[in-house]
Amino acid sequence: MHHPNLTSSVIFGLGFLYLVQLVMNFFWTIRSLKNDGHCRLPSLFGGAEVPVAMWWGLYTAVLAMLTIAHFTGYSSPDSFLIVLPDWFKGLVDVAVSDPKWFFTETVLVFGAIILLRRQLATDTAGWILLNASTVFLSLSLTDWDFRQIVGKPDNVPIVGMLFIVGFFTWLSFKKANENDSRLEQGLGPLEGEDNEKVLVWPDLVYTELIVMIGLTAFLFFWGVCLEAPLEEPASSVKTPNPSKAPWYFLGLQEMLVYYDPWLAGVVFPSTILGGMMALPYIDFNKKGNGYYTFNERKFAISVFLFGFLPLWVGMIVLGTFLRGPNWNMFGIYEYWDVHKLEALNNVNLSEYFWLYGLGVSMPVPDANGSFMSQVGTIVWRESPGIVLTLGYLFLLPSVMAMTIFRNFAFRMGFFRFMVFANLVLLMAALPAKMVLRWLFNLKYLVAIPEYFINI
Amino acid sequence: MSVGDYIRESQIWKSVFRHPAPYDRRNRVVVMLTNFFLHLHPVSIKQNGIALSYTWCMGGITFFLFLAETITGVLLMFYYRPTLEWAFNDILALRDVSTLGIMREIHRWGAHAMVITVWLHMYRVFLTGSYKPPREFNWVIGVILLKFTLLLSFTGYLLPWDQLAIWAITVGSNMARATPVLGSEGPGFQLLNVGGYDLITTASDARFLLLGSKFVGEETLNRFYILHCVAIPLAVAGLIAIHFWRVRKDGGISQPL
Repeated sequence: MHHPNLTSSVIFGLGFLYLVQLVMNFFWTIRSLKNDGHCRLPSLFGGAEVPVAMWWGLYTAVLAMLTIAHFTGYSSPDSFLIVLPDWFKGLVDVAVSDPKWFFTETVLVFGAIILLRRQLATDTAGWILLNASTVFLSLSLTDWDFRQIVGKPDNVPIVGMLFIVGFFTWLSFKKANENDSRLEQGLGPLEGEDNEKVLVWPDLVYTELIVMIGLTAFLFFWGVCLEAPLEEPASSVKTPNPSKAPWYFLGLQEMLVYYDPWLAGVVFPSTILGGMMALPYIDFNKKGNGYYTFNERKFAISVFLFGFLPLWVGMIVLGTFLRGPNWNMFGIYEYWDVHKLEALNNVNLSEYFWLYGLGVSMPVPDANGSFMSQVGTIVWRESPGIVLTLGYLFLLPSVMAMTIFRNFAFRMGFFRFMVFANLVLLMAALPAKMVLRWLFNLKYLVAIPEYFINI
Repeated sequence: MSVGDYIRESQIWKSVFRHPAPYDRRNRVVVMLTNFFLHLHPVSIKQNGIALSYTWCMGGITFFLFLAETITGVLLMFYYRPTLEWAFNDILALRDVSTLGIMREIHRWGAHAMVITVWLHMYRVFLTGSYKPPREFNWVIGVILLKFTLLLSFTGYLLPWDQLAIWAITVGSNMARATPVLGSEGPGFQLLNVGGYDLITTASDARFLLLGSKFVGEETLNRFYILHCVAIPLAVAGLIAIHFWRVRKDGGISQPL
């Protein structure tokens, strides 16, 4: 079935999106005129000294033209020219429609946030990033498949969440950078400066009142604009494809690709909660209490951000926008074809070991043997994976304590360090299994389907 | 005498507020001490501690959303019956017929927003190191509140009783089947048996406890309805009270030491 990428109402609606960006950048240009100073044109263009705001003015003018084009050109969607080129769509689809690329990209973004924090957490860089993402969103909305997935009512909050999480990550690094520069100069954090006591009435209660009124208005506005989803009446025989958990659990559902439910659905979620509760008792670093900083808490913030950005938010994005029928991966501009085939040919570690490594047949438990002999054979069959797993959880912490985390182990004491090391290792278990899957098609490290113990 | 002054001088006003309007310094102090709703706050506070760029206001917004969810939720309870016969039809009526049908939109979007704001609150508290001593335990309560927020949203997801609802809950609750020892497909469920009979079956495992049934059915709807409207909100309200109390007792909003 052919779906038109553009319709009159889509073009007209996008006009409002460009209008918002136009207004935003109009004010940004004025701000830039005041704050940003001048830059020199390339000598090809005469090398004149021009205000930086000129570039923003030009960009705003382009947005104005786009706005006008959308508000006037909606009558013939077939000949409307402002669409995403197919080669770009193809490129993006290839880049995101494979979990290994997607995960690698989110990790690269995470790395860029940490390493380029000085460059990215500035007003101008933040504004450029914001504009890049709004333009990307606006142009992407000209694609039918993109609208299907992003426009689902329950997915709209996730798009909003991405902008909000991005904004607050930017804001926290901006404030951390300010404080880090001050701390390098031997000054205290900015939060401690000019910190007079003020009366809660009116200084705080009025803020609260305004926020409450604003939020109420916002919720009504949202409720009027977007109807809450209601699908067909429940039917226990018509299984939708794909069947997805509520969006905030999609990171956990994604783990099911790599781990069995007892780990992905029970052990890991419990460990996440337990680990978060244990966090204040593990983090022995007394610095950075009550102000934004990165340099004083590099390790803690990096680990937390890795868990929150690529592993939690990133996996939710993957589960929401990229997982389609049969839990296959689809690009954001790709049609959700139920018949898309992906070869799944995963192999257990024990099979690698016995069949391919030693070239002998797998040990088979004797069906008529005693319980103990069966268990013994199974343990023997899975011994490579069991040794690896036990080594990962019990030997590796000791190795960590003697090598890279010597200082930590010394300051934390035995018990606290073991809890810390195991939490870090369990967190790393997800990316570790992902990489093993992608490199070796590894299914299970330990495969004991007889007792539902698959790792 | 202006109308406002007349009202503020009346016996009724004075009986409610017990002191003049907070126009001068003394009464701005007094109002914080004598008003039940304001007494959550201290009288005075460090100005950088309440800067929006510092707090992001996310804890406050989460609390406000909890209140908004409570109010819209109570209104929705007047319309909604948690039975297979009526659940879906009542939601349809809310969408198409009921005057206050927008309460459902506000309730659903508010729930999504609350999940996001509670994460952002945690994000801020982490990034400012506010979980460090003496606030460790309040962070623990916060993590429990985060879990309850997700559970509130999860239990509410089922109530419209449409395809989206039952299959999301089916997918989510299938995990419980794999609970170690206590799930009928979990590792080690064979450990709990008496004289060769398994105690953990599909009709007695952790998933059954959650659903009240072997599959997502009417018992599940009833169970989730009670969890969503009574049990979890009560627990959350209690924990919020402790959370706020501890913010005060642990030295107020975190500040550089």
